[in-house]
Amino acid sequence: MGELRLMKGNEVIAEAAIRAGVDGYFGYPITPQSEVMETLMIRKPWEETGMVVLQAESEVASINMVYGGASCGKKVMTSSSSPGYSLMQEGISYLAGAELPCVVVNVSRGGPGLGTIQPSQADYLQVTKGGGHGDYHVIALAPNSVQEMNDFVALAFDLAFKYRIPAVILSDGAIGQMMEKVELSDFVPRRTEEQIRKECGDWCTLGSNRHNVVTSLELDSTIMEERNVKLLKKYEEISKNEVRYEEYMTEDAEYLFVAFGSCSRICKKSIEMAREKGIKVGLFRPITLFPFPTQQLKVLGQKMKGIMSVEMNVGQMVDDVRLAVECKVPVEFKGRYGGIIPSPDEVLQALEEKLVRK
Amino acid sequence: MAEIKGAVVVDVERCKGCGLCIVACPKKVLDHSGDVNSRGYDYVKMVNPDACIGCTSCATVCPDSVITVYRAKI
Amino acid sequence: MTDQELKEIMKPENIVYKKSGLLRDNIMHYCPGCSHGVTHKLIAEVIEELGIKEQTIGISPVGCSVFAYNYIDVDWQEAAHGRAPALATAVKRLLPDKYVFTYQGDGDLASIGAAEILHACNRGENIVCIFVNNAIYGMTGGQMAPTTLVGMKTATTPYGRNVDRNGYPMKITELIAQLPGTCYVTRQSVETPAAVRKTKQAIKKAFLNQKEKKGTSFIEVVSTCNSGWKIDPIKANKWMQDHLFKFYPLGDLKDSVKDDPESYKQYIE
Repeated sequence: MGELRLMKGNEVIAEAAIRAGVDGYFGYPITPQSEVMETLMIRKPWEETGMVVLQAESEVASINMVYGGASCGKKVMTSSSSPGYSLMQEGISYLAGAELPCVVVNVSRGGPGLGTIQPSQADYLQVTKGGGHGDYHVIALAPNSVQEMNDFVALAFDLAFKYRIPAVILSDGAIGQMMEKVELSDFVPRRTEEQIRKECGDWCTLGSNRHNVVTSLELDSTIMEERNVKLLKKYEEISKNEVRYEEYMTEDAEYLFVAFGSCSRICKKSIEMAREKGIKVGLFRPITLFPFPTQQLKVLGQKMKGIMSVEMNVGQMVDDVRLAVECKVPVEFKGRYGGIIPSPDEVLQALEEKLVRK
Repeated sequence: MAEIKGAVVVDVERCKGCGLCIVACPKKVLDHSGDVNSRGYDYVKMVNPDACIGCTSCATVCPDSVITVYRAKI
Repeated sequence: MTDQELKEIMKPENIVYKKSGLLRDNIMHYCPGCSHGVTHKLIAEVIEELGIKEQTIGISPVGCSVFAYNYIDVDWQEAAHGRAPALATAVKRLLPDKYVFTYQGDGDLASIGAAEILHACNRGENIVCIFVNNAIYGMTGGQMAPTTLVGMKTATTPYGRNVDRNGYPMKITELIAQLPGTCYVTRQSVETPAAVRKTKQAIKKAFLNQKEKKGTSFIEVVSTCNSGWKIDPIKANKWMQDHLFKFYPLGDLKDSVKDDPESYKQYIE
């Protein structure tokens, strides 16, 4: 059993990063995720593991610092919230284009624009469908607990390095701010330069006689197309191997909630209330938003009388749910927007009105 | 008495004929050749080799590093 | 001179100048006479002479010198437009014993990347920043840069830069010289043999400053863009001397070490 603590989701990101042997964190303050960098600054990991922690001048600089560090084969990360994540999109596109591993945490909040500082899931589309320019994807992990905030840091780095791809932890203000019991991961030492050379020596820029160049630029469009094909194959491989999801009370379910992050927890309460009324409803929770568990949802979903996608946005994941079940099952949507978290009652009410009583 | 003599070799294929070496040369050793390389540039050559003192001015200002300079006491 | 005499001179032991071994054999994409070529060569020569090839990481920008990585035989990262100092900051902090340099043009550094260069210099990152200022955007076809002189005609100021419409030319090197994190800020050029040698000395000094952890070294190279200016390379050099040097005078703006952090403590004591 690892060390148990009562911590905020944001604080856990910082602690997990230190314990995962992360080499560098570069960030810029934004509510509701500022505790990530604050916790790191209090913890002073540079004294403990040698980890670099730097407050950058902007999110734009942060993500480009991540690009610089990732190009060296280092484990580097940043965190932000929705408006800051938008600013990082150019850099994320470059990271994806140059096939660099890194972790970006987005503790999302309501928008558009400056929006609100309350929790939201309105970044689903910009995280899962690209966000920046060009054809690319990032791996997107959606934690629904402080424990998963801890667990997904190391997981995100593992996946990022396995596939040389940016991995995003798409959290929200509720998970970031809430305090829960968490079992912390064990410490993993930072890799030595020799270890990095062994693992990434054919591409990383640590200084070498190899003339390693990290770039996303290619003026010859036939070669650029080949690069796109290579990326596409990588995304297909990820989609085949890395789908993660959770099913809850689906064995006898006639109806299904599909929800990720905070919303999945609300749905669990709604399920409890529904079952007291005799409505057999279960939950399908995508843990990876990219790759989306399309096949798994298809198999499960097609057994249902109806499905409701529950989201803290105006309906961003619902299209993926409809595509998964190929529109063979009625798919409804229940959302709250602008920083409002739906209550279990209103979710249940929506289920009854939109699906059960129809 | 020994005399300092220089000579330059221009990498003809890499030369873009910009002419910066021509004006940098204090002895007017270099000029455009009047011929072109495979990339269409009127490359530079020694037109007055006897005057070359191997001072390296031409090579120093050459943006494409196409000039090798020799210097010897003869 | 007879062929025999020439042969006598052209012996390997008589070579007094040749292409740096750190310059790769490919032909640079730059226009004939472009200052980038000379500046690249000087960086290559300095890295070669200091024997730090395998400890050096270059960061190339967006603009004409985006392909700098094709020419100098060290490890390189190609940055998004303006962000080279952010990349360099991370690289240097993660690899403090390596040598890190950025290479940027005036659009990249003084316009879209103004925030990154000012903050990197203000933090006193131990890096070398090379700033090639030819007062124009070359790669995109000769548009106005932040450093374009008033009255200068470009693709986006076809009647000349007008202060009311376009603002003033920016002396960003003077701004940078005021930042406490910089140790060495200088403005040089590469149009004459003497100027080239001075610039090489400046670059060498900057790399040595990095070794001694003195702070940020910043070298502006006032340059030409004969294609963008639409004049031949020789006239471009003359135009630069007659006009750009008046507004961007050559010489050292700062040569010391970054500010002593102790001297900043008095304000809250």
